Amino acid sequence: MSVTTTGLRKSYGDKVVLDGVDLKVASGTIFSLLGPNGAGKTTTVNILSTLVTPDAGSATIAGHDLATEPDAVRAAIGLTGQFSAVDSLLTGEENLFLMADLHHLPRRVGRRRAAELLDRFELTEAAKKIPMTYSGGMRRKLDLAMTLVGDPKVIFLDEPTTGLDPRSRRTMWDIIRDLTANGVTIFLTTQYLDEADQLADSIAVLDGGRLVAQGTPDELKRRVPGGHLRLRFADPVELRRAAGALHESTPDEDALALRVPTDGTVSSLRAVLARLDAEAVAADGLTVHTPDLDDVFLSLTGHRTKELA
Amino acid sequence: MTTMSYAARDSVTMLRRNLRHMRRYPSLTLMLLGQPLVFLLLFVYVFGGTLGDGLGGAGGRAEYVGYVTPAILLITVASAALGTAVSVAMDMTEGIIARFRTMAISRASMLTGHVVGTVIQTVLGLVVVTGVALAVGFSPTAGFGEWAAAAGVLLLLTVALTWMSVALGLVAKSVETASNTPMVFLLLPFLGSGFVPAESMPTALRWFAEYQPFTPVVETVRGLLLGTPIGNSGWLAIGWCLLIGGVGYLWSKSLFARERNR
Repeated sequence: MSVTTTGLRKSYGDKVVLDGVDLKVASGTIFSLLGPNGAGKTTTVNILSTLVTPDAGSATIAGHDLATEPDAVRAAIGLTGQFSAVDSLLTGEENLFLMADLHHLPRRVGRRRAAELLDRFELTEAAKKIPMTYSGGMRRKLDLAMTLVGDPKVIFLDEPTTGLDPRSRRTMWDIIRDLTANGVTIFLTTQYLDEADQLADSIAVLDGGRLVAQGTPDELKRRVPGGHLRLRFADPVELRRAAGALHESTPDEDALALRVPTDGTVSSLRAVLARLDAEAVAADGLTVHTPDLDDVFLSLTGHRTKELA
Repeated sequence: MTTMSYAARDSVTMLRRNLRHMRRYPSLTLMLLGQPLVFLLLFVYVFGGTLGDGLGGAGGRAEYVGYVTPAILLITVASAALGTAVSVAMDMTEGIIARFRTMAISRASMLTGHVVGTVIQTVLGLVVVTGVALAVGFSPTAGFGEWAAAAGVLLLLTVALTWMSVALGLVAKSVETASNTPMVFLLLPFLGSGFVPAESMPTALRWFAEYQPFTPVVETVRGLLLGTPIGNSGWLAIGWCLLIGGVGYLWSKSLFARERNR
């Protein structure tokens, strides 16, 4: 195990942010902590990266106890936070040299390492420019490159693709996948189910400071409905008739809409429409929803994600 | 042993980072250096004739250059300290500080880098300001020993004010606050014997002027450079500097160790 936590708790004032979190992350795997804004993801990362002291609980990272050997933990980890952690007054290259110096690498080794990373992340052309001139994706890549200078065993990525355009997001995903090739353990937080699904070997779902589920993406998806149809109606009478015809459905009286679970296949869609036809119920409109974080939450916690940001 | 040498190495790395910032964005440095020069020229050429006559002799402007230069040197130090508070506060808003905190580097190095950087900057500033003062008629009587002693006192004051400014930069909630609080340092030489003798002030102000920390420093530097009586000002100056520096250092350390709650 690369990361193990037991009963992590943290409150700020009377606001409980983490309420007993137990995690296990196997070495060389990608682990994703999934949850909406305010679930406690960043606090967990801040605790595990020694920035914040937990109120209770313990953690071991790369074999070192967080409370008693913080410096050994620091030497083993790298963090790319949600907020850009580059020196905006230094050029891309100077930022990497700075990291090399702080990792006490010999000068030549540091220069070589910086050049390799710039090349690997396609930043060589921008090497002599300051990050203010970079795009969001380039900045994020430089940020990650800085994290990699010290050859960390465990890398924390706090929402690594939030705010990136779809193309930069794909590039970032490829980069993250490549990292595990060298046996590095990745601890990543995200609010996107598809991101966790794409990257993670195992996922833990965090809600209001508690873990509500933990498992492989497939295990989790089995617990999540395959998606749903949303049917809209002209008036409450039609809605009620439709709800009577489709047993597993959930009506929403205010929106005059009916939510019908589906596995996403054409035949299941046809079956629903056939039932409505048979009862002569007229629906105004229909949309098909594939499962998202909201569905995971609804099925795991019984409530929708609350945006706390 | 290795911990110590790593701490020194990290401090040098942080110092290089700060010097690079100063070199790349010299506007702050230039403004902080320009301030004492503007004061010097203003007080010598605009107010100097009148103020010089008021000193008791009939020296006029020429006498006033000598009187005011030590105060201008203090302003140089205070001005640079203000810059430290601003750059520390700015640094704390940057994500890179969080990165530094997650790395196995000496914690003190981040602050030491700022302090040493400012001290170097201030020494350069003092050299320039002294040069300009000499050019506009400052004619000290000091020999090598006195010059060295005056430099020592100013260096001690620089280190003391810089540590205090680091603390003020850390405690400030915003960069704007950080640039306002240390203004006091710029004002204090005026409320002492820096620009006019304290005896010429109303009672309450005179009392304050005589007991505030900048007065013994000004008196000491003036005494060393111009041969005016120093009395016990020397020891008072050193005492004040050690006190300010010590408090600033301990306060900075405890502020920096404190967690940042986002």
